Amino acid sequence: MINPTEYLPKSYHRRMSTYWWLARWSYLTFILREASSVFVGWTVLLTLVQIWAVTHGPSANAAFHEWMRHPLMLGVNVVAFLFVLFHAVTWFSLTPKAMVIRVKGQRVPDWAISGPNYAAWVMVSLGIAWVVLRG
Amino acid sequence: MASRITIEVARYNPARDHEPGVSSYEVPLRKEWVVLDALNCIKDHLDGSLTFRWSCRMGVCGSCGMMVNGVPKLACATFLSDYAPGPVRVEPMRHFPILRDLVVDTSDFLMKLARSKPWIIRKMEKPMDQEYFQTPAQLEEYRQFSMCINCLLCYAACPIYGLDSQFAGPAAIALAQRYNLDSRDEGASERLDSLSNPEGIWGCMFVGECTRVCPKHVDPAGAIQQYKLTAATEWLKAMVLPRGAK
Repeated sequence: MINPTEYLPKSYHRRMSTYWWLARWSYLTFILREASSVFVGWTVLLTLVQIWAVTHGPSANAAFHEWMRHPLMLGVNVVAFLFVLFHAVTWFSLTPKAMVIRVKGQRVPDWAISGPNYAAWVMVSLGIAWVVLRG
Repeated sequence: MASRITIEVARYNPARDHEPGVSSYEVPLRKEWVVLDALNCIKDHLDGSLTFRWSCRMGVCGSCGMMVNGVPKLACATFLSDYAPGPVRVEPMRHFPILRDLVVDTSDFLMKLARSKPWIIRKMEKPMDQEYFQTPAQLEEYRQFSMCINCLLCYAACPIYGLDSQFAGPAAIALAQRYNLDSRDEGASERLDSLSNPEGIWGCMFVGECTRVCPKHVDPAGAIQQYKLTAATEWLKAMVLPRGAK
């Protein structure tokens, strides 16, 4: 294939600014969403440590809870919770983009796809809360 | 409303300049004028050397894509009065090499577009006297993606393309999806081979700005996410089903 750029005159190539992600709100939310993956990873890690503590007797469990009461851990986990929440919302917002469902030839509205996802999220969260908090 | 408005236009002459500069011009501020009218006014009355692309003046040809106050816009569909009292900054589309003033080199896109195979692929053509019928419902499947006018505003809005020029980009993938969804087409697997990779659909990180700036409401971000779902399903089928059962 002929490379069409071969015969072009001199051109000026611009570099993207290091701070491009501050130029628009949508770019900033994109970067924050990508950064939220770190906090999702942190939450998964913390859950695994908690499971390990529970399975290693009352003293390991008590030590875990003591560690979690530390102000630094409380602060980190509040931030992590907010980021995980943000991550989940962006994920559910994506579902109507990826799934096209037509009923009688008409594309169903976005809320009809993301709505059931949110409903399932709330139900599962309530179920887990019931299991954890009942006793 | 003021009677005049200042237009700051990015200028670059490859024979003379090391980097682009900015020239300011005052033009009449008329209610019915768009940015393209202001540029034509500058070219006709103030500076004949100003270079920019345009053709149809009605948002159909996709030639006059530019950055207007930092946002990718069609100059023919962007009213000056929305930016009053000004100034209005007009620059060439981001992420493309500048050839002169507001004209950018789009060769990279044209090569990527060819790789997307945006045409109907048939394993076996019907005889010339037979037609390929299509119902309105089948047309509706891909109609939105067929509205693309190749204006490349989506590329100027996409930071992923700006950071990694290997990325196929929004319009090329949306146009591939347009043909994948066409009931007459049989080339989806060919396109999947060339687009299901880190430089293709998996390079998209769903910033979503391509969809927001699209003047024809094509929704390239949606097309790419749908394509990802198809690619993942095909991969799963290839893993789970016995060979030849796809």
